[in-house]
Amino acid sequence: MSMLSFERKYRVRGGTLVGGDLFDFWVGPFYVGFFGVTTAFFAILGTALIVWGAALGPTWNLWQINIAPPDLKYGLGLAPLREGGLWQLITICAIGAFGSWALREVEICRKLGIGYHVPVAFGVAIFAYVTLVVIRPVLLGAWGHGFPYGIFSHLDWVSNVGYQYLHFHYNPAHMLAVTFFFTTTLALALHGSLVLSAANPKKGEPMKTAEHENGFFRDTIGYSIGALGIHRLGLFLALSAGFWSAVCIVISGPFWTRGWPEWWTWWLDLPIWR
Amino acid sequence: MNHNIRASLSVVAAAAALLLAGCERPPVQTVQVGYRGVAMEQVNNPRLAAKREAANVVPAALPAAPSDPPMAKDVYQNIQVLDDLSLAEFTRLMLAMTAWVSPEQGCTYCHAEENLADDSKYTKVVSRQMLRMTRHINSNWTNHVAQTGVTCYTCHRGQNVPANIWYSNPGPRQAAGMARTRVPQNVAEPSVGLSSLPYDPFNTFLRADPEEIKVISKTALPAGSDRNIKQTEYTYGLMIHMSESLGVNCTHCHNTRSMAEWDQSTPQRATAWYGIRMVRDVNVGHIEPLQGVFPPNRLGPLGDVPKVNCATCHQGVNKPLYGVSMVKDYPELRGARVMAAAPADPAPADPSAAAAPAEPVPAAAAGS
Repeated sequence: MSMLSFERKYRVRGGTLVGGDLFDFWVGPFYVGFFGVTTAFFAILGTALIVWGAALGPTWNLWQINIAPPDLKYGLGLAPLREGGLWQLITICAIGAFGSWALREVEICRKLGIGYHVPVAFGVAIFAYVTLVVIRPVLLGAWGHGFPYGIFSHLDWVSNVGYQYLHFHYNPAHMLAVTFFFTTTLALALHGSLVLSAANPKKGEPMKTAEHENGFFRDTIGYSIGALGIHRLGLFLALSAGFWSAVCIVISGPFWTRGWPEWWTWWLDLPIWR
Repeated sequence: MNHNIRASLSVVAAAAALLLAGCERPPVQTVQVGYRGVAMEQVNNPRLAAKREAANVVPAALPAAPSDPPMAKDVYQNIQVLDDLSLAEFTRLMLAMTAWVSPEQGCTYCHAEENLADDSKYTKVVSRQMLRMTRHINSNWTNHVAQTGVTCYTCHRGQNVPANIWYSNPGPRQAAGMARTRVPQNVAEPSVGLSSLPYDPFNTFLRADPEEIKVISKTALPAGSDRNIKQTEYTYGLMIHMSESLGVNCTHCHNTRSMAEWDQSTPQRATAWYGIRMVRDVNVGHIEPLQGVFPPNRLGPLGDVPKVNCATCHQGVNKPLYGVSMVKDYPELRGARVMAAAPADPAPADPSAAAAPAEPVPAAAAGS
């Protein structure tokens, strides 16, 4: 097993959430832990169920394999396996695997004595997924409102859900989410290019420092957020993108049934210009 | 740190409250239209639906009248359309029309008091044309109205002028010449559901020489395609109007993964396809010939007559009056007993008829 000289120092016992020492060991470079075992269980079982669902379906074309949620008539009950029940089991496995992975991250954070930023960030992504397949379906009263598991089929779902509200670009939370996604990529591009520019000076010159990086942005826009700050900003932008994505879909249906352009009548009706 | 968390929590709570302030609330009703998981669904707020249902109730029919002689045309003069009705039927229909169109003004809204046969009031000339139109629709446009049919009440609902009509829309005032910047869109007009789409799709699609409704390019790259984004926006403007008029979303007719594919669309799309042609036919054949008959106060800002679109009949419901047929109580409005030859052929006038449904729509699904 290859391990950097200082890594051994961080491979410490303890910090587990459940199970004590039971799975507190490494396999090669990977920490196992109780939640590593549950992650593997749910991920393998879920993947096997997806393969089974594909075998039941009409195609092995990777783009077209489709494991669809139940008909709306089943409401919040269980559906027969071939009619959406598989989708329900796979959803349970997915949430189990994602949640286990987040808790495994927590255990590793505890071993290292660092903050929980990484599991929290991953938790926002899980929250967005759970919003799509649990929270919104429960609010609408049927598992059938979840999205189908398939490359093309989930795109068809996205398209039709958008057109259920005539013009989804008018969804205020969608506006925020899209803006955060684009701003995230902008910030990442600015940050990455700045780091590369400082680390790749002209031939023969020494590598530049963080003060050069700060100097660049102070000269261009009068302010530099700093080496730590850019990562705080990046985390905020990225999590906001995921958070508002979850909001924009959960309000579509449970909290708004008409075309999204109509939602803005409160703006048109403001007494200033009405 | 605690203070920061509390502050940011209250900001999030305030933002959420603002966001939800303009919203509706659960529970909502959903109806599945397509295969599971495709999200072809109608989404309805039952509280709003209850209001809509209350506003779309059919009035009770008058007691039926015998069709035995004497005939109305033998008793009254100047009967040009309803000359196949018995006196009793004729009187009953006149009473019904009064209740449907001019309940407050009564008979004299159309008729001169001293001589009922006189055509001096414009309203009488218009209503004669409307009777021709009603019979024409009920006998020649069954592809759209099925056996449910239409009556005066479908549009009028007790008002002299139907609530949902359209005129050519000149748009807001703007500077001329080089300072002119605004294309006829980007104004929050109800005609296109307050969206930024071109706000007068009706002149484009619902009159003589209509533009073709074509959106999806048949080429992978824009080069060589005869479809452009402007056509798309006008088409979407019309489609938003149709959605708002019928109280449905796009998936009522389309699987939006490919709007154009007939074999992935619902049967309702074929009904709507005929509906677009019917509205054109009504505007061109029955409403616009009344230019010159209407007094100035009935004309639009550009001097055109009031015209019909989908909302005129539908009024927010996918089957006007929730599909309750009033014509079955007023069979004389079907026009079957007279009307020798119908003028217009309801078959597609559109050269792109190839795009029409390959096979006729089942009557049950075609009901509208």
